[in-house]
Amino acid sequence: MEIGLSHYLAVAAVLFTLGLFGIFLNRRNVIVILMSVELMLLAVNINLVSFSAFLQDLTGQIFAMFVLTVAAAEAAIGLAILVVFYRNRASIEVDDVSNMKG
Amino acid sequence: MAFAGFMFYIFAAICVACGVMVVTSRNAVHSVLFLILAFFNAAGLFVLIGAEFLAMILVVVYVGAVAVLFLFVVMMLNVNFTELRRGAKNYVYVGATLGGILFLELAIVATSWTLGPQMSAITLGPVVGAVSNTRSIGQVIYTDYVYLFQGASLILLVAMVGAIVLTLRQRAGVKKQVIADQVSRSSKDELIIVKVDSGSGI
Repeated sequence: MEIGLSHYLAVAAVLFTLGLFGIFLNRRNVIVILMSVELMLLAVNINLVSFSAFLQDLTGQIFAMFVLTVAAAEAAIGLAILVVFYRNRASIEVDDVSNMKG
Repeated sequence: MAFAGFMFYIFAAICVACGVMVVTSRNAVHSVLFLILAFFNAAGLFVLIGAEFLAMILVVVYVGAVAVLFLFVVMMLNVNFTELRRGAKNYVYVGATLGGILFLELAIVATSWTLGPQMSAITLGPVVGAVSNTRSIGQVIYTDYVYLFQGASLILLVAMVGAIVLTLRQRAGVKKQVIADQVSRSSKDELIIVKVDSGSGI
Protein backbone atom coordinates (compact mmCIF):
# COMPACT_ATOMS: atom_id res chain seq x y z
CA MET A 1 0.00 0.00 0.00
CA GLU A 2 1.35 3.37 -1.02
CA ILE A 3 2.29 5.64 1.86
CA GLY A 4 0.54 8.94 1.31
CA LEU A 5 0.19 12.26 3.04
CA SER A 6 -2.72 11.02 5.11
CA HIS A 7 -0.51 8.38 6.77
CA TYR A 8 1.88 11.02 8.00
CA LEU A 9 -0.99 13.25 9.10
CA ALA A 10 -2.39 10.33 11.10
CA VAL A 11 0.91 9.80 12.92
CA ALA A 12 1.15 13.52 13.67
CA ALA A 13 -2.44 13.61 14.93
CA VAL A 14 -1.84 10.65 17.25
CA LEU A 15 1.35 12.22 18.63
CA PHE A 16 -0.36 15.57 19.18
CA THR A 17 -3.23 13.90 21.01
CA LEU A 18 -0.75 11.96 23.13
CA GLY A 19 0.95 15.21 24.06
CA LEU A 20 -2.34 16.73 25.16
CA PHE A 21 -3.23 13.58 27.10
CA GLY A 22 0.17 13.64 28.78
CA ILE A 23 -0.40 17.18 30.03
CA PHE A 24 -3.57 16.03 31.79
CA LEU A 25 -2.13 12.75 33.04
CA ASN A 26 0.96 14.36 34.57
CA ARG A 27 -0.81 17.48 35.75
CA ARG A 28 1.43 17.84 38.78
CA ASN A 29 4.83 17.18 37.23
CA VAL A 30 6.26 20.15 35.34
CA ILE A 31 9.06 18.15 33.69
CA VAL A 32 6.72 15.65 32.05
CA ILE A 33 4.41 18.50 30.99
CA LEU A 34 7.38 20.11 29.21
CA MET A 35 8.14 16.76 27.57
CA SER A 36 4.52 16.50 26.42
CA VAL A 37 4.81 19.96 24.89
CA GLU A 38 7.91 18.78 23.04
CA LEU A 39 5.90 15.81 21.73
CA MET A 40 3.20 18.18 20.46
CA LEU A 41 5.81 20.35 18.74
CA LEU A 42 7.26 17.21 17.14
CA ALA A 43 3.80 16.37 15.79
CA VAL A 44 3.53 19.88 14.33
CA ASN A 45 6.93 19.42 12.71
CA ILE A 46 5.85 16.12 11.17
CA ASN A 47 2.79 17.87 9.74
CA LEU A 48 4.84 20.72 8.29
CA VAL A 49 7.48 18.44 6.78
CA SER A 50 4.99 15.99 5.29
CA PHE A 51 2.98 18.77 3.64
CA SER A 52 6.24 20.29 2.41
CA ALA A 53 7.34 16.99 0.89
CA PHE A 54 4.04 16.08 -0.71
CA LEU A 55 3.30 19.56 -2.10
CA GLN A 56 6.90 20.00 -3.35
CA ASP A 57 7.28 23.27 -1.45
CA LEU A 58 10.34 23.81 0.74
CA THR A 59 8.71 26.47 2.90
CA GLY A 60 7.28 23.87 5.23
CA GLN A 61 10.73 22.54 6.04
CA ILE A 62 12.04 26.05 6.68
CA PHE A 63 9.22 26.67 9.12
CA ALA A 64 9.82 23.31 10.77
CA MET A 65 13.35 24.57 11.43
CA PHE A 66 11.97 27.71 13.08
CA VAL A 67 9.60 25.61 15.19
CA LEU A 68 12.64 23.56 16.23
CA THR A 69 14.49 26.73 17.22
CA VAL A 70 11.59 27.96 19.33
CA ALA A 71 11.21 24.50 20.91
CA ALA A 72 14.87 24.46 21.91
CA ALA A 73 14.66 27.97 23.38
CA GLU A 74 11.45 27.09 25.21
CA ALA A 75 12.97 23.96 26.72
CA ALA A 76 16.05 25.86 27.89
CA ILE A 77 14.07 28.70 29.50
CA GLY A 78 11.46 26.33 30.95
CA LEU A 79 14.05 24.10 32.57
CA ALA A 80 15.95 27.14 33.91
CA ILE A 81 12.75 28.42 35.53
CA LEU A 82 12.15 24.92 36.88
CA VAL A 83 15.62 24.76 38.44
CA VAL A 84 15.17 28.19 40.07
CA PHE A 85 11.75 27.17 41.36
CA TYR A 86 13.12 23.94 42.78
CA ARG A 87 15.87 25.90 44.53
CA ASN A 88 13.33 28.15 46.21
CA ARG A 89 10.59 25.65 47.06
CA ALA A 90 12.32 22.24 46.94
CA SER A 91 9.42 20.98 44.83
CA ILE A 92 8.36 20.87 41.19
CA GLU A 93 4.64 20.40 41.73
CA VAL A 94 2.42 22.62 39.63
CA ASP A 95 0.08 23.15 42.59
CA ASP A 96 2.93 24.70 44.58
CA VAL A 97 3.37 27.48 42.04
CA SER A 98 1.04 29.77 43.93
CA ASN A 99 3.28 32.64 45.03
CA MET A 100 1.54 35.07 42.72
CA LYS A 101 -1.93 33.81 43.65
CA GLY A 102 -2.73 33.36 39.95
CA MET B 1 8.74 1.15 -2.53
CA ALA B 2 7.34 -1.71 -0.51
CA PHE B 3 10.40 -1.47 1.74
CA ALA B 4 9.77 2.25 2.30
CA GLY B 5 6.17 1.47 3.25
CA PHE B 6 7.33 -1.22 5.63
CA MET B 7 9.84 1.16 7.23
CA PHE B 8 7.15 3.83 7.55
CA TYR B 9 4.98 1.50 9.61
CA ILE B 10 7.97 0.48 11.76
CA PHE B 11 9.01 4.08 12.46
CA ALA B 12 5.45 5.28 13.00
CA ALA B 13 4.58 2.42 15.35
CA ILE B 14 7.72 2.87 17.47
CA CYS B 15 7.23 6.65 17.50
CA VAL B 16 3.64 6.40 18.75
CA ALA B 17 4.51 3.67 21.25
CA CYS B 18 7.32 5.85 22.61
CA GLY B 19 4.89 8.75 22.86
CA VAL B 20 2.59 6.57 24.97
CA MET B 21 5.50 5.55 27.18
CA VAL B 22 6.64 9.18 27.61
CA VAL B 23 3.34 10.22 29.10
CA THR B 24 2.59 7.06 31.10
CA SER B 25 6.03 6.11 32.41
CA ARG B 26 6.41 6.22 36.19
CA ASN B 27 10.07 7.15 36.11
CA ALA B 28 10.91 10.53 34.58
CA VAL B 29 14.31 9.27 33.38
CA HIS B 30 12.51 6.56 31.40
CA SER B 31 10.24 9.26 29.98
CA VAL B 32 13.24 11.21 28.71
CA LEU B 33 14.81 8.10 27.19
CA PHE B 34 11.55 7.22 25.42
CA LEU B 35 11.35 10.81 24.21
CA ILE B 36 14.81 10.38 22.67
CA LEU B 37 13.68 7.18 20.93
CA ALA B 38 10.56 8.95 19.65
CA PHE B 39 12.75 11.73 18.20
CA PHE B 40 14.99 9.18 16.48
CA ASN B 41 12.00 7.49 14.87
CA ALA B 42 10.55 10.83 13.80
CA ALA B 43 13.92 11.54 12.18
CA GLY B 44 13.55 8.21 10.39
CA LEU B 45 10.14 9.32 9.12
CA PHE B 46 11.72 12.55 7.88
CA VAL B 47 14.40 10.61 6.00
CA LEU B 48 11.72 8.44 4.38
CA ILE B 49 9.86 11.51 3.19
CA GLY B 50 13.01 13.09 1.74
CA ALA B 51 13.81 15.73 4.36
CA GLU B 52 17.28 14.51 5.29
CA PHE B 53 18.60 17.82 6.55
CA LEU B 54 15.73 18.31 8.97
CA ALA B 55 16.08 14.71 10.14
CA MET B 56 19.72 15.31 11.06
CA ILE B 57 18.86 18.67 12.68
CA LEU B 58 16.16 16.87 14.68
CA VAL B 59 18.69 14.36 15.97
CA VAL B 60 21.31 17.00 16.72
CA VAL B 61 19.03 19.58 18.35
CA TYR B 62 16.48 17.41 20.10
CA VAL B 63 18.54 14.38 21.07
CA GLY B 64 21.86 16.16 21.43
CA ALA B 65 20.67 19.26 23.24
CA VAL B 66 17.08 19.30 24.44
CA ALA B 67 16.75 15.70 25.62
CA VAL B 68 20.15 15.78 27.32
CA LEU B 69 19.09 19.00 29.06
CA PHE B 70 15.94 17.24 30.27
CA LEU B 71 18.04 14.31 31.44
CA PHE B 72 20.38 16.61 33.37
CA VAL B 73 17.52 18.39 35.08
CA VAL B 74 15.66 15.18 35.94
CA MET B 75 18.78 13.67 37.46
CA MET B 76 19.81 16.90 39.20
CA LEU B 77 16.55 17.51 41.04
CA ASN B 78 16.00 15.30 44.03
CA VAL B 79 12.29 14.75 43.48
CA ASN B 80 10.18 11.70 44.17
CA PHE B 81 8.49 11.28 40.79
CA THR B 82 6.24 8.41 41.81
CA GLU B 83 4.83 10.60 44.57
CA LEU B 84 4.05 13.24 41.95
CA ARG B 85 1.85 10.77 40.07
CA ARG B 86 -0.46 10.36 43.03
CA GLY B 87 -3.97 11.22 41.94
CA ALA B 88 -3.10 10.96 38.24
CA LYS B 89 -6.01 8.55 37.74
CA ASN B 90 -8.47 11.35 38.43
CA TYR B 91 -7.28 13.12 35.32
CA VAL B 92 -7.29 10.10 33.00
CA TYR B 93 -10.93 10.50 32.06
CA VAL B 94 -10.92 14.24 31.44
CA GLY B 95 -7.63 13.90 29.54
CA ALA B 96 -8.95 11.02 27.46
CA THR B 97 -12.18 12.90 26.74
CA LEU B 98 -10.46 16.09 25.63
CA GLY B 99 -7.81 14.12 23.74
CA GLY B 100 -10.49 12.08 22.02
CA ILE B 101 -12.38 15.21 20.97
CA LEU B 102 -9.16 16.76 19.66
CA PHE B 103 -8.26 13.56 17.81
CA LEU B 104 -11.72 13.39 16.22
CA GLU B 105 -11.40 16.98 15.06
CA LEU B 106 -7.92 16.32 13.68
CA ALA B 107 -9.22 13.19 11.91
CA ILE B 108 -12.09 15.15 10.36
CA VAL B 109 -9.68 17.82 9.14
CA ALA B 110 -7.13 15.29 7.90
CA THR B 111 -9.65 13.28 5.91
CA SER B 112 -11.68 16.11 4.40
CA TRP B 113 -9.17 18.77 3.37
CA THR B 114 -8.63 19.57 -0.28
CA LEU B 115 -6.00 21.61 -2.04
CA GLY B 116 -7.08 25.03 -3.25
CA PRO B 117 -7.07 25.43 -7.05
CA GLN B 118 -4.66 28.38 -6.92
CA MET B 119 -2.29 26.48 -4.65
CA SER B 120 0.35 25.71 -7.26
CA ALA B 121 0.56 29.38 -8.17
CA ILE B 122 1.53 30.50 -4.68
CA THR B 123 4.20 27.90 -4.02
CA LEU B 124 6.88 29.90 -2.22
CA GLY B 125 9.88 27.62 -2.34
CA PRO B 126 9.44 25.09 -5.11
CA VAL B 127 11.65 22.02 -4.91
CA VAL B 128 14.10 22.08 -7.79
CA GLY B 129 14.90 18.69 -9.18
CA ALA B 130 18.41 17.17 -9.01
CA VAL B 131 19.44 19.37 -6.08
CA SER B 132 19.94 17.75 -2.70
CA ASN B 133 17.62 18.59 0.15
CA THR B 134 20.32 20.34 2.20
CA ARG B 135 21.46 22.45 -0.73
CA SER B 136 17.96 23.56 -1.67
CA ILE B 137 17.15 24.48 1.94
CA GLY B 138 20.35 26.51 2.07
CA GLN B 139 19.44 28.27 -1.15
CA VAL B 140 16.06 29.28 0.25
CA ILE B 141 16.98 30.08 3.84
CA TYR B 142 19.89 32.40 3.03
CA THR B 143 17.94 34.36 0.45
CA ASP B 144 14.19 34.54 1.00
CA TYR B 145 14.18 33.83 4.72
CA VAL B 146 17.42 35.48 5.80
CA TYR B 147 15.72 37.91 8.20
CA LEU B 148 13.69 35.13 9.80
CA PHE B 149 16.90 33.13 10.06
CA GLN B 150 18.59 36.01 11.88
CA GLY B 151 15.52 36.36 14.08
CA ALA B 152 15.77 32.68 15.00
CA SER B 153 19.39 33.13 16.00
CA LEU B 154 18.38 36.15 18.10
CA ILE B 155 15.74 34.01 19.84
CA LEU B 156 18.41 31.45 20.69
CA LEU B 157 20.74 34.18 21.98
CA VAL B 158 17.99 35.62 24.20
CA ALA B 159 17.14 32.13 25.45
CA MET B 160 20.78 31.47 26.29
CA VAL B 161 21.21 34.76 28.14
CA GLY B 162 17.89 34.25 29.91
CA ALA B 163 18.75 30.74 31.06
CA ILE B 164 22.14 31.89 32.39
CA VAL B 165 20.67 34.92 34.17
CA LEU B 166 17.93 32.81 35.73
CA THR B 167 20.16 30.10 37.09
CA LEU B 168 23.24 32.13 38.06
CA ARG B 169 23.44 32.85 41.76
CA GLN B 170 25.92 34.55 44.02
CA ARG B 171 26.45 32.58 47.19
CA ALA B 172 27.72 34.32 50.27
CA GLY B 173 30.83 32.93 51.94
CA VAL B 174 32.22 31.15 48.91
CA LYS B 175 35.76 32.09 47.87
CA LYS B 176 36.00 32.76 44.19
CA GLN B 177 38.72 33.95 41.90
CA VAL B 178 38.18 37.61 40.96
CA ILE B 179 40.33 38.22 37.92
CA ALA B 180 39.89 42.00 38.00
CA ASP B 181 41.22 42.22 41.55
CA GLN B 182 44.20 40.09 40.66
CA VAL B 183 45.06 42.10 37.57
CA SER B 184 44.60 45.50 39.20
CA ARG B 185 46.98 44.77 42.07
CA SER B 186 50.17 46.75 41.86
CA SER B 187 53.58 45.84 43.19
CA LYS B 188 53.76 49.18 45.05
CA ASP B 189 50.92 48.13 47.41
CA GLU B 190 52.16 44.64 48.10
CA LEU B 191 55.94 44.75 48.05
CA ILE B 192 58.14 46.39 50.72
CA ILE B 193 61.88 46.65 50.29
CA VAL B 194 63.71 46.73 53.59
CA LYS B 195 67.34 47.68 53.86
CA VAL B 196 68.94 45.40 56.39
CA ASP B 197 72.27 46.33 57.94
CA SER B 198 74.65 43.44 57.95
CA GLY B 199 74.89 41.67 61.25
CA SER B 200 71.81 43.29 62.82
CA GLY B 201 68.89 41.38 61.35
CA ILE B 202 65.36 42.67 61.29
